[in-house]
Amino acid sequence: MRKQICFSSGIAAAEVSERSKTKNTYFRFGDTMENSRGAAVKYDSVQKSYDGESLVVKNLNLDIPPGEFLTMLGPSGSGKTTCLMMLAGFEPATHGEIYLNDRPINNVPPHKRGIGMVFQNYALFPHMTVAENLAFPLQVRKVGKAEQQEKVKTALEMVELGAFGNRRPAQLSGGQQQRVAVARALVFDPELVLMDEPLGALDKQLREQMQYEIKHIHENLGVTVVYVTHDQTEALTMSDRVAVFNDGVIQQLSTPDDLYEDPQNSFVAQFIGENNKLNGKVVEVQGEECLVELGDGTKLKADKVNVSSVGDKTTLSLRPERVEFDTHDQMDNLVNGRIEELIYLGDHIRVRMNVAGNSEFIVKVRNRGEKRKLGVGDTVQVGWALNDCKALDAVG
Amino acid sequence: MSDATSNQVLTTQDGKPLKAALARALRREKMRSLLLIAPLLIFVLITFVAPIFDMLFRSVENQIVSETIPRTVVALEEWDAETGEAPGEDVYNALLFDFIIAVENKRHTQLGTRLNYEQTGLSSMFRRTGRRVDDFGETYADQFIDLNEAWKEPVTWVTVMASPSWIEAQKAWASNPTGPEPAFELSPAALDVLPATSDLYGAFAQFVQVEENDSPTEEDPWTPIYKALYQDLSANPNAATAFSGEAATLVGQAAAAVPAFETVSVKELFIDADEDWGSAENWAVIKTFAPTYTSGYFLSAADAQLTPTGVEMKPDDEQIYLFLFYRTLLLSIIITISCLLLGYPIAFLLAALPLRYSNLLLILVLLPFWTSLLVRTSAWKVLLQQQGVINDVLVWTGLISDAGRLVMINNQTGTIIAMTHILLPFMILPLYSVMKTISPSYVRAAKSLGANDWTAFWRVYFPQSIPGIGAGAILVFILAIGYYITPELVGGTSGIFISNRIAFHISSSLNWGLAAALGTLLLVAVLLLFVAYDRIVGIDNVKLG
Ligand SMILES: Nc1ncnc2c1ncn2[C@@H]1O[C@H](COP(=O)(O)OP(=O)(O)OP(=O)(O)O)[C@@H](O)[C@H]1O
Ligand SMILES: [Mg+2]
Repeated sequence: MRKQICFSSGIAAAEVSERSKTKNTYFRFGDTMENSRGAAVKYDSVQKSYDGESLVVKNLNLDIPPGEFLTMLGPSGSGKTTCLMMLAGFEPATHGEIYLNDRPINNVPPHKRGIGMVFQNYALFPHMTVAENLAFPLQVRKVGKAEQQEKVKTALEMVELGAFGNRRPAQLSGGQQQRVAVARALVFDPELVLMDEPLGALDKQLREQMQYEIKHIHENLGVTVVYVTHDQTEALTMSDRVAVFNDGVIQQLSTPDDLYEDPQNSFVAQFIGENNKLNGKVVEVQGEECLVELGDGTKLKADKVNVSSVGDKTTLSLRPERVEFDTHDQMDNLVNGRIEELIYLGDHIRVRMNVAGNSEFIVKVRNRGEKRKLGVGDTVQVGWALNDCKALDAVG
Repeated sequence: MSDATSNQVLTTQDGKPLKAALARALRREKMRSLLLIAPLLIFVLITFVAPIFDMLFRSVENQIVSETIPRTVVALEEWDAETGEAPGEDVYNALLFDFIIAVENKRHTQLGTRLNYEQTGLSSMFRRTGRRVDDFGETYADQFIDLNEAWKEPVTWVTVMASPSWIEAQKAWASNPTGPEPAFELSPAALDVLPATSDLYGAFAQFVQVEENDSPTEEDPWTPIYKALYQDLSANPNAATAFSGEAATLVGQAAAAVPAFETVSVKELFIDADEDWGSAENWAVIKTFAPTYTSGYFLSAADAQLTPTGVEMKPDDEQIYLFLFYRTLLLSIIITISCLLLGYPIAFLLAALPLRYSNLLLILVLLPFWTSLLVRTSAWKVLLQQQGVINDVLVWTGLISDAGRLVMINNQTGTIIAMTHILLPFMILPLYSVMKTISPSYVRAAKSLGANDWTAFWRVYFPQSIPGIGAGAILVFILAIGYYITPELVGGTSGIFISNRIAFHISSSLNWGLAAALGTLLLVAVLLLFVAYDRIVGIDNVKLG
């Protein structure tokens, strides 16, 4: 089950939280939180440097509305964990302020922030049983014995580990440990839960299952979740919004579909999904459109996204599945290319072509069962719509 | 399916049982690995296991009494210590024979020393008697020689006592002496009718041949042998009939004269040499410690003693070891605890600091290992003595008056301070290596779950560092309990350990049996504590990293 994808680009954050509010409350752990929902988080011009020489996080501004599932996605070393640690209170911000429900928390120690956290290695206390692990946050909050037991039981049932309360973490499988870690981060009804690559250690199948379960829990509880991953599929499947990090800067912050359909720069286009790159120069600008001349003189029409004026160097970005072999004269762009390689993948066929001097040009053709007359070495015409081709900042 | 396969033996392709094939394949591997560890194994066996067993054995071994005075031990079996009377003449007779052999072999002083552990005064009694025992047979020797000058000659004795075949062999050897003289053999006739004389003369002959490298044909016999001959002839007047030739004449003449001999009491001779021989108490000690194995050392080590009436505690003013054991344990526990209190924060710091700084700190922790133990201990003397640095500073700052200088050395305080310092690294290192493996994310997780710094430490960090505490505590405790140099140097009288007494008995009093018993008790105590520790903490809860 996957959440309904909203194709109208730019889903409003308020709308997201509205959805969360109406979720059923079956999984609530305690009465006190009955009508609560997630917390709002705000990073205001946050900067972070560990060594005083380089900035690991450069001027981060980020608004997370209550109840949102926000994912920080980015390559290794891009500063995701650092952002999370500043929010959790384990690293001080070098500059700027972080707000939790409109309250500045820079000077609030971690244990008073009330933020649940799932660590990459789970950090389950090895000397305690699963039940003791779950009871720990309740004990330090001086919750009554009976209520503790009740909540621990509910939490264990939520992650379908009802029978495992007396085991030690070491006696659980990776996936079970992960679920305990999630349950522990949620058992004290935090308004905000942080997860730092919680599924990194699991195999693919288990990871997909857990993605679904975490998403499900989020939808049921309505807490705000800030999730860190470097797996783009994970980010796209689970999140309400994704913040793509690179080099300490958010490259783009938008819904998963926007991220794929409307990348704001070349980094995002490269990082999310598969992508054909064509380098060229802007020769004509017309409103939101522009004409780009490639190295071999081919002229292509493209959506003007990240270029400003005639003469700018640009990289055109084009998704492989948007390229058509069934061309017709109304198409915005039509070019000839030579087929270099055919890869049969069952549901579709990948065709590697040489188009306008780029021999890594990939076209995905849906396998409709009809005998296509494609052969290696053939020169064929391909075409695509103007809107599918984005003129972004130049790379390489 | 499993039924079918479990009943039939699995075989290899050529039909041999799989298990045998596997065992053979592994045997080479095993042999090779055994060869690799063989040097170490042999080294450990020779230098560690064997000495320990030797020590354990020494603590119960007591052959010296039964080996040095065997005849007396046998004779004493009849005697009952309860009567309070010294034993009869026969025991003293046996003692005379044993004693002359022991004296000639110079073993009587060793026996005296051994028995002196049990009863003071026995050592001097043995030594004093040893000087005179050769005269104890004089009366009989004179009378035999008066009867016939021939009894003075060694050759006469050989004629009577030696077997004819030995006499032949000896003569052949004497004409062409290459190699040692043939070993002396008693004649069957003498063995038969003169048992006591044979016994003693045999010992004499062997002594002369082996120890003195001389011949019985040339050495004057010990005077108690005359006493033995007198004894045999009085018991058996017809002894001459067993002999032939010259020997028969000599023995016959002597046997006829013996009833008229003037006699002396051996008992009185001994009492005359040292009146302590007349004390039933001393004889009781000898009888008590006659068996080859004794619990005496262990009893002494536990402040008890073996008396003819059974085991009882020593008088209060002689009790020393139990208290020393108690003090050793107590001080070791105190030292272990202070090592833990001082070492835990340091190890924590080491584990928390970035590698660059922690390495430097670790070198500082290990620095004491690079200086000699003696130097470090002596440094404490300089610091702690009454005219030492610390007292001077305290007086100078006015915290204490000049008259009230603290006594911090040559007592328990000195031992505790110096040993805590010396053993501290043994606590820090295991703690550090365990703490290093505790991921900081646990404490972070605890804090994110709402625990403050102290709760996070106490509920999450500390329990995970317990294996390190266990390892460090065991290491320090076991090292402390056997420590000896430092208490010796800075402990004075109130700060010494049981090991100092063990060392004393090994190097000064030479009572190795007692030292062994004390050592064994110490070993047992440590093992018991170890078992208790296993029960309480669990030995699998001990980790070195
Ligand atoms: N404690 C620290 N001291 C110094 N530099 C640090 C520290 N932690 C992180 N950094 C640096 O900050 C940068 C960002 O690190 P961060 O852990 O936030 O990356 P990340 O996005 O979480 O990467 P990953 O996906 O690999 O976890 C990296 O260059 C890293 O070397
Ligand atoms: Mg990270």
